[in-house]
Amino acid sequence: MAYSDKLIEHYENPRNVGTLDKGDDTVGTGLVGAPACGDVMRLQIRVNPETQIIEDAKFKTFGCGSAIASSSLATEWIKGKTVEEANALKNTQIVEELNLPPVKIHCSVLAEDAIKSAIADFREKQKKQEDKG
Amino acid sequence: MALKLPIYLDNNATTPVDPRVVDAMLPYFTEHFGNAASRNHPFGWKAEEKVEEARETIAKLIGAKSGKEIIFTSGATESDNLAIKGVAHFYKEKGNHIITCKTEHKAVLDSTKRLEREGFDVTYLDVDDNARVDPEAVRAAITDQTILVSIMLANNEVGTVQPIEEIGKITREKKVFFHVDAVQGVGRVPFDVEAMNVDLASITAHKMYGPKGVGALYVRRSKPRVRLLAEIDGGGHERGMRSGTLNVTGIVGFQAAAQIMIDEGQAEIERLRGMRDRLRNKLWGALDELVLNGADDPWRHPGNLNVSFSFVEGEAMMMAIKDVAVSSGSACTSASLEPSYVLRAMGVDEEMAHTSIRFGIGRFNTDEEIDYVADLVISQVGRLRDLSPLYEMHKEGIDLKSIQWEAH
Repeated sequence: MAYSDKLIEHYENPRNVGTLDKGDDTVGTGLVGAPACGDVMRLQIRVNPETQIIEDAKFKTFGCGSAIASSSLATEWIKGKTVEEANALKNTQIVEELNLPPVKIHCSVLAEDAIKSAIADFREKQKKQEDKG
Repeated sequence: MALKLPIYLDNNATTPVDPRVVDAMLPYFTEHFGNAASRNHPFGWKAEEKVEEARETIAKLIGAKSGKEIIFTSGATESDNLAIKGVAHFYKEKGNHIITCKTEHKAVLDSTKRLEREGFDVTYLDVDDNARVDPEAVRAAITDQTILVSIMLANNEVGTVQPIEEIGKITREKKVFFHVDAVQGVGRVPFDVEAMNVDLASITAHKMYGPKGVGALYVRRSKPRVRLLAEIDGGGHERGMRSGTLNVTGIVGFQAAAQIMIDEGQAEIERLRGMRDRLRNKLWGALDELVLNGADDPWRHPGNLNVSFSFVEGEAMMMAIKDVAVSSGSACTSASLEPSYVLRAMGVDEEMAHTSIRFGIGRFNTDEEIDYVADLVISQVGRLRDLSPLYEMHKEGIDLKSIQWEAH
């Protein structure tokens, strides 16, 4: 299968690989996919609670080259954005940017899900904080 | 000597043509180009003479009594189709039951599926976790309606060698025909149609350093005589079993390839096994959490190493070692997005099937290439595991099976 140069570049030099402390209340973690399906993405964000800006994003992905590139691109895009803006990101933007072939579109869907799931986790933690306070 | 990239380690898919085979073929394109069926001039005689000689060589390679038992085809897919459908259609009055196993090549499985649609009953035997068929399961599956058992010699994906001799004893005793898809194993593992009571055997030239587009079907002529209904009509070539002008040039190449196997096969087996074990030892020495898929020696093809690199998806792995040609059981490399049915039949978890890589080592590989590949694989598995959330969770002691994953 011929992949775009951009996809290969992200696969070979993935941005923002790593792990944030999931115990931290300003960190949201999204873990989506399933090993049996051949792809699992874990995407984490660190959000400034005051500004709601995503100050850091990290990922680790088990999956094909497209899955790794999609998650790398997703972290790059959401860094510096507000939670609101990141939540509006659509998988089709990833498809376009990386020129994903049709059989790999699910990788971009997974990346969108990972972002939304990380944001949901962060918001839940914040809500718990408020409830406590 | 400088290493030349890319490196070909997919010799279970196809093999390069040996230059000696090419040399043998060349005169048959331009000088001796006759039609082997032309009975009235020297061009035809020369072609026919060479084809008959080739039958004898190929018969010798598989332990057949006579070259008359060799039918030339376009390749192993055609041979498998002809053996299975040809026997089924000829003997359908005698019985309608066929036995095969779940890890056979698609050329066998799709042939039996078509027969099922025609009303035949087919039993697909299970295999154990090494992909081996239990000969006693074959015995237990035979009924008074059984006309054919079809079991492969060596598996193309995981390299497991089946107990052909034991199965042959049973099929002979029960008076059921026995077809063996011998494509992957012939010349690499013991195979002898007489000693093993095999009645039909499919082979192909391009898996043994011959050209693509030519194969053969061994059809036993006595004790018992096997009869087939032809699948291709016209001209009555190959004793009426397979019409069509013979691919004389290809057959000449097939013969040359078979002769090299006869002359050098034993030494080559040792060489292949040496390189395979060199790769295996290096990988296992440097990486944890590796799983060998398929049986171990002596029930393993000497050139096949199929490994699951846990926590690293197969297609990502192939992209990471893009200068090395291998194949994967991962769904992501197949059009169907389904992981390998062979690995699934062996009871390999889907997640492990996604991480499998097949290294197929062949005649023209070198120790230098093996060392290069081993080092590359070791470093890339390390890189991809650093990227893998599953490896991180595993290292933290989390049981991945305890997590409720959302299938998508």
